Formats: sequence, C-alpha cells, structure tokens
Amino acid sequence: MSSDPTVLHAGSLALKPGYADHAADALRDLRQSGDAVDFRLDHHHDVASTIQLGFWIYLMSDCLLFSGLFATYALLNSHTAGGPAASQLFDLPDVLTETMFLLFSSFTCGLATLAMSADRRNATVGWLAVTFVLGLGFIGMEVREFAHMVAIGAGPGRSAFLSSFFTLVATHGLHVTCGLIFMAVMMAAVLKKGLTPTNRARLVNLSLFWHFLDIIWVGVFSLVYLFGVAHR
Amino acid sequence: MLGKLTLSAIPYTNPIIMGAVAFMLICVAAVLGAITYLGKWKYLWTEWLTSVDHKKIGIMYLILAGIMLLRGFADALMMRAQQALSYGSNMGYLPPGHFDQVFSAHGTIMIFFMAMPFIIGLMNCILPLQIGARDVAFPLMNNLSLWLTAAGAVLVNVSLAVGNFSRAGWLGFAPLSELHYSPGVGVDYWIWALQISGIGTTLTGVNFIATILKMRAPGMKLMRMPVFAWASLCTSILIVAAFPLLTVTLALLTMDRYLGMHFFTNSLGGDPMMYINLIWIWGHPEVYILILPLFGVYSEIVPTFSGKRLFGYTSMVYATMAISVLSLIVWLHHFFTMGNGADVNAFFGITTMIIAVPTGVKIFNWLLTMYRGRVRLETPMLWTIGFLITFTIGGMSGVLLAEPPADFVLHNSLFLVAHFHNVIIGGVVFGIFAGVTYWAPKIFGFRLNERLGRAAFWCWFIGFYVAFMPLYALGLMGATRRMDHYDVAAWHPLFIVAACGAAIIFSGIILQVAQVVVSIRQRELTRDLTGDPWNGRTLEWSLPSPAPAYNFARIPVVRDRDAFWDMKQRGVDLKGATFVPIHMPRNKAAGFIIGGCAFVLAFAMIWHIWWLAIAALAGVIVTLIRHAFDEDRDYHLGAEEVRRVEALHGRVAARST
Amino acid sequence: MNVANEAVAGQPPHGARGGAHGPARKQYIIGFALALALTLIPFALVMNHAPAATPLVIAGFAIGQIVVHVVYFLHVDGSQEKRWNLMALLYTAVMVFIVIGGSLWIMHHLYVNMVPHASMHGRVWK
Repeated sequence: MSSDPTVLHAGSLALKPGYADHAADALRDLRQSGDAVDFRLDHHHDVASTIQLGFWIYLMSDCLLFSGLFATYALLNSHTAGGPAASQLFDLPDVLTETMFLLFSSFTCGLATLAMSADRRNATVGWLAVTFVLGLGFIGMEVREFAHMVAIGAGPGRSAFLSSFFTLVATHGLHVTCGLIFMAVMMAAVLKKGLTPTNRARLVNLSLFWHFLDIIWVGVFSLVYLFGVAHR
Repeated sequence: MLGKLTLSAIPYTNPIIMGAVAFMLICVAAVLGAITYLGKWKYLWTEWLTSVDHKKIGIMYLILAGIMLLRGFADALMMRAQQALSYGSNMGYLPPGHFDQVFSAHGTIMIFFMAMPFIIGLMNCILPLQIGARDVAFPLMNNLSLWLTAAGAVLVNVSLAVGNFSRAGWLGFAPLSELHYSPGVGVDYWIWALQISGIGTTLTGVNFIATILKMRAPGMKLMRMPVFAWASLCTSILIVAAFPLLTVTLALLTMDRYLGMHFFTNSLGGDPMMYINLIWIWGHPEVYILILPLFGVYSEIVPTFSGKRLFGYTSMVYATMAISVLSLIVWLHHFFTMGNGADVNAFFGITTMIIAVPTGVKIFNWLLTMYRGRVRLETPMLWTIGFLITFTIGGMSGVLLAEPPADFVLHNSLFLVAHFHNVIIGGVVFGIFAGVTYWAPKIFGFRLNERLGRAAFWCWFIGFYVAFMPLYALGLMGATRRMDHYDVAAWHPLFIVAACGAAIIFSGIILQVAQVVVSIRQRELTRDLTGDPWNGRTLEWSLPSPAPAYNFARIPVVRDRDAFWDMKQRGVDLKGATFVPIHMPRNKAAGFIIGGCAFVLAFAMIWHIWWLAIAALAGVIVTLIRHAFDEDRDYHLGAEEVRRVEALHGRVAARST
Repeated sequence: MNVANEAVAGQPPHGARGGAHGPARKQYIIGFALALALTLIPFALVMNHAPAATPLVIAGFAIGQIVVHVVYFLHVDGSQEKRWNLMALLYTAVMVFIVIGGSLWIMHHLYVNMVPHASMHGRVWK
C-alpha cells in the first residue's frame, strides 16, 4: 500500500458485497478525495456478477427469439390447410408427463444449486445427474411424439400449423439438448476440479438456463397444448 | 460428396463477374503475399487475429467495414450506370438476373457489413476508454463476434465467385425468397451470411450492455456518462431486443427452404405477410441501431469543437431513450400498403411521426451547443454540419412517408430510396467519417490528413445531393425502385444526373483512400504526442494515443460530466507514482476457430454438403467445450511493466514510493 | 472465498451457506408446489371440458406460473443487487408483448381487410 494520497486502494472497497457495483457510492461513503484508484473491477465478486448479468441478458434475448416463434404459432395454428388440427393430434396425458419431467428437473436443478452453496460437491453432481436423467426423459418423450406425428402423416411439411408447431417445440427441445450438453460438461468439470469459483459461476448460469427453459415450456404447454385442445 | 457444388457453379462465362473475381483474388493474393514476404504471419496471428484487446478488435472491425464499403459502393456504381444507360432500346450492360443480385448485395453489404462493423468498431475502440474501463466485460466473446461478422462478410464475397447471390432484395421478402421462386443458392448465401453475422452482433450487444452497466469507473453515474456511451447502451439494448427476431425470421425461412415447411409459402397455409411483419419488427429497430451511435458521435464532436459543454445533456439522454423505445413500435410503416386498414395504419403512422420529436430535440441541442461557441471547423465538424443539413432534409421526407395516404403513392418508389439514403448517408455514413476522423489520433496514434479529408467531405456532400435529389423527383414522377430498364423519356436525364452524383461520391471515396495512404506515410508529422489533440472533454483523451493495452494504469475517479474537461479545470495530475499489477485477459484462438467453423458450416449448408456441415458444427461444439476446460485465461501485467509503458508516455511522476 | 455466492440471480438468496440452507430450500419447495398446482389445475379444467377452460383462464394460470418460476426459482426480486436483472426482465416482458400482440393485431386486421388465402384454412381432417 502506498502513501500516495490521490490513490485509493481496492481492498477496503471490496469488503461489502455489491460495493464495486456502486463504486461511486462507496467512494462517497469513504469521503475520499482522490482522483484515481488503482483497482479494476476484477474482484471475484464483480467478475461473477458481470458474467451473471451478461448471461441474464443473453437469456432475455433468447426469450425474444421464442416470442417470435410464439407469435408465429399463435398466427398460424389455425392454418391447417385441411390437415389435422391441434385437438386431433395432442395426447394431453403424455404432455403432462413430459411437463412433469421438466418441472421436477427444475426442482432438482435448484437442489443442485443448494448443494453447491453448501459446498457439497458430490451432492451437487448427484442432483445434476438426476436433473440430467429427467431432462433426457423429456427429450425422449418429445422425440417419440414427433415420430408418431410424422408416422401418421402429420409431419412439419403438412401445413403451416404443423410447421409452426414442430419449429416452436423443437426449438425448445434443442435448447434443452444444449442444456444437457452444458450439464454433462459441468458434471465433468466439477468432478475434475471441484467447486472452483469459475465452476460455481457457470453452475449458476446453468441453473438460470434450466429454469428459463422451464418457463418457456410453461408457455408451450399452455399456448400449444392446452389451448389447442380446449379451444376448438 | 460435394452436395450441389460442381464446377459449373463458377460463372466463368460472365466477363463482369470474372473480372471482379480476378480483381478480388489479386487483392487477396497481394495481401497474403505481402504478409508472407514481410514474415508477419506469427505477429498477425498472436497480436491481431487472436487478440482480445477491444482496441485491436475495433481496428479490425474498421478495416473490414472499409473494405466492404468499397465492395458495396462498386455495386452502387454498377446500378447507377445501368440505370443511366438502360433507357428505351438500350438494355444496359447488366442482364436482369445480375442486376437483381447487384442491388440485393448492395443493400446487404452496406447495412450488415459496412455500417454495422463501422459502428461496432467505433464502439469497441472508444467506449471502454470513455467509461474508464480496462476492457469490455467479455473480451474473448468480443473476438468471437468479430469473426462471426467477418465470416458473414466473406460468405457474401464468396457468392460472387462460387454460385450466385440472392435476387430477392436486401430483406429477402417471401414468397420471392422461397424455394419455389428462388431455387438457386443465392438466397441461401444471403440467409447464412446474415444469420452468422447476426449472432455475432447479438453477442456484441450483450457484451456492451454488461460492460456499460458493470464496468464504469467510480463516480461515473449513468447521468455522467458521455452521450456516446449512452447511445451505445441504447443501441446495444436495441440489438439484444431486435436481432433475435432476425434470427428467428431467417430460421423460419430456412425451415421452408431446407425442410419443406410452410411458414411463408403460398401453399398449405403459409403466410408471406407474416414474413414481412417479422422481418420489420427487427428491421425498424435496426435503422435506429445504425443511427443512435452516430448521434452519440455528433454529441461528442460538437461540444469539443465548440469549446462548450453539450447543450441539454439530460434532454439528449431522454431523447435517445425515447427514440429507442419508439423505434420498437413503428415497424408497420414499412408495409402500410398491405391492407391493414385505417386503425392499424393510423397507429403506426402517428408513432412514426412522434419519433421526429426527440430527433428534433437532438438537432436543436447540437445547434444550441454551437450557438455562441468558439466553433473550429476541422474535418470532424465539417462532417457534422453536413449531417445536420442533410439529415434534417431526410428526416422531413421521412415524416412525409409516415403519412399512410402519402405512402400509398410513394411506397417502393425511388422517393423512398432517396429518403433512406438521405438519412443513412447523411446520418450514418457522415457520422462514421466524422467519428473516424475525430478518434483517429486515439485509435491509430496520428491524425488523418486534413486537406484530403476536407476534399473528400465536399465530394461526398455535393455528390450526395447530385445523386439523390433526382431520385426524389423520379419517385414523384412514378419511378419504382429496383428497375433494370425503363421507357419513360422524362426519367432519363434525371438518371444521368444521379449517375454523375455517384461519380462525384466516387471521387470522394478515392480521396479517402488517398487520405488513408498519405496519413499513414506521413504519420510522424501528425503523430499525437499529447493524447489530447482536440482539447477534448471525455476520458479517452486523458490517455496516451494510442492507449496502452491496459488502457488506464490507474482508474480515474469521475466527479462531473465531461470528466476529463473537469480534471483539466481542476488541474489534476495524470502522472502516477505507484503502479499495481494489472489483470489482463490472454489472447485466445477460440474465437477465430469458431468463426472459421461457422463459415465452413454455412458454406456446407448452402451447398448441401451435409457431412461437412456436421463436421463444422462438431468443430464449434468441441472448441467451446475445450475452452470451458482451459484454465489459462488471464495473467497479471507486472507493476514494473506498467511503469515502463507509462514512462514511455511520460506519465510517471518524479516522486516515488 | 465462495464469491459466486453473493446473491446473484439464480442463487438462493439467504442462509444458503455452511449447510444451514433452510430458507432457500423452503423457497424451492414453495415454488415447486405452486408451480405444480398451477400446472395441474388448468390441465384438469381442460381434460374435464370444464366451461371455465377458456383461453383467458389458461393464459392467467400460465402467467401466474411464470411469475412463480421467476420469483421462486430465478430469485429475481427488487433488491439493489438484482436491479438490472429485474429491469431487463420487465423490458423483455414489454418487448414480448409488443412482438406477439403487435403481430397478432396487424395480421388480424390484414385478414379482416383482405380476402384470406384459399389454402390457409380448409376442412377438418378426419
């Protein structure tokens, strides 16, 4: 530490979480009169919170991507072109099972985050593995549904309605698949290196992503499946 | 094995295309040869291509944009020449199919690969310096964004030599862009070029939002940020809000073309109007994504060259925010004529007109900043005044077009073409040149040649009016856009005048190329040793030119708007006595590799080479996962090294610890 | 230190450290129970062809469930730490509304004013 009066050192600022986020206030609080500080916002807390904000903004952009797909589906779902309509195709009990896979996986993903916070590495990996299996089950059921529809001649090329249905649901499914890859990588990373700060930040992002996909699924479940069957 | 790709994909019978291809290959060969001859490959790879330094990434964006400006302008010259010739019995020199590719390429290149990279380049070069940050939030992702954009740009150029480009216009309206009407690879080139560069742009938006929200220097509250930073923030928000819609629209078109779906087709329930609707939900905010950063640039230049604080800072900020909100609810004015009825048209007509209000506020703020200021008419200021005049005219013709009944007459006419060139050249392009000239000392370390810069300005300014005022008249006379031939005698002279205007602009561009060459050769004469050549007001001018890799040896504490001006008033000493190690990100190849894989993926998809597409996709995923396990991401630049670099710029105080 | 722990969105907010993660776990359980209920009720309504199973009601349950997910799973609240997350989320909600609502409004008017395309609808598939 130097005695240079115009330089404020970082150590004292980083004591309270969130300070560097509001460094202006921090400085005011300290009644500091310097003109420069020698720290950069690279204290771990800030790195973690910046990464997390960036990821959050990415999720928001993904949300808007889905809004385009939802708008398209909402418009085109009546454009059946003489082909099958939603109410003739969807098997709601199956869809409910799918939904439960995803909802339970969201819960177990939350438990993985809790285990991480408690520094329990094996429990973290364990809950992630449960989440992974549930996610895989979801994807399996979705693939089965798609295969069945294609087999009965209700493939994506049959009508605009089916194009928009397949694209919306498969885009969600693709995201879940990416989430599964992400999860597999994270399980390997945690087993290999433990709950390092980097791994923790990424696990937080993973859980955000996973919960976000469940939110999108709420939209799909309601708009596509429930509307489709209820709204004849 | 090679999908649809055969030797016949190369249009070797067309002398115009082959000439262009030969020229392009010669240029590329010359550059590659020069690098090899000078033995600079390793330097290029380690210091530039894999760089995570936002300043170097910014410069690479600027170079990309400059090259694409030349390419896009060549297309413009070809169109002007064709339309000047192709009257009556003369069919001009371009067959319709080729002409259609030329205007599609012109629009695509100028928006996506000229204007966007210029803007993102300027943001990269300047924004972190302005907010007192040492870097952007995600340096490697920044590098990746660059290479995704570059991959898209290369694809557009490859389409010239292998296959052809889209004939469906810069926005590829369905159903023309559907497989039934455009069976070739042209539309696929367009789709993939935009898709890849669009993802890069979205990542840039995320990056800059996080940078601005999280990495400002202490004391720099939001309302103390320079207006350019504000404009960049609003633009980044618009990017993140709008670009996903482009991604989704292009993806749906891709589904139609590749998997036989029916989103926008004319059969089995598809609805082409949904395409128009979706693409413009992105398309209109895109216009403001282009102009807002340049509003920011002008807001930096005017106070600096007027020696005054910006008039109405607060109203400027609120106007920027108002524009970025309003720009999201006006998109229908691009298709008033599609039969939406009076209610809908009236709503969107009114919201469009309302945008003129915050824009007017800005214009008055700039004027009032100059008023009673000590205005120095240096090149950046010249461009700014050119902008004020030109943009105001363009804005007014825009208000005219916002009127649905008027739009029914003028829709898709040359009046519209004149209008958007009026605002894009007068607003965006002039702003880019103003910004590059203004910040050149900070970016490159030396000023650009003043005389050539002025001459270029006058060519552009006069050439613009000569080229586009006739188009307003032609539009009112009924000439539609995108015509490769016409039979109306009264139009012919005006098209010839417009071609002359294009030639004048062309001389401006030649002068600018000369300006760059001369400025580099005479760089020792104009080198900026002070770091503050214009008596600037914002933090970037408190640094040496060009800024060191870590930007700030010590992060400044901000106490006022125009932070650096405030420091100069208070006589703050910029020299440091003690230095601490600085945390730096390491250069990484992952961004370049993923960009390369994305290019291969796109090329393989265009030509239906499925195995290659799968391989390229696997390449992307493997690179990402490998990167996830890469621990060697950063290092600390030692305090002694920082001291050494600072000493080079005379920034070490005599006293020591 | 476990710095990533400090109340980032997606992280349990309080008391999650050192094994004493009662409150955070409770949050997940409450959220999970609410989400389950908000899924099952509209499902039951639709399955039983209840007259209440209107689009508006289903949409209401969906929005309710989304809010539950955001609050209990994503842990977004009004705290200073998560100010930008909340603002980004609200902004996105407005944008989603503009995109979906605007598109449907425009396209609906278009269909009212213009002759619908012959191939769009058509008879019911058997």
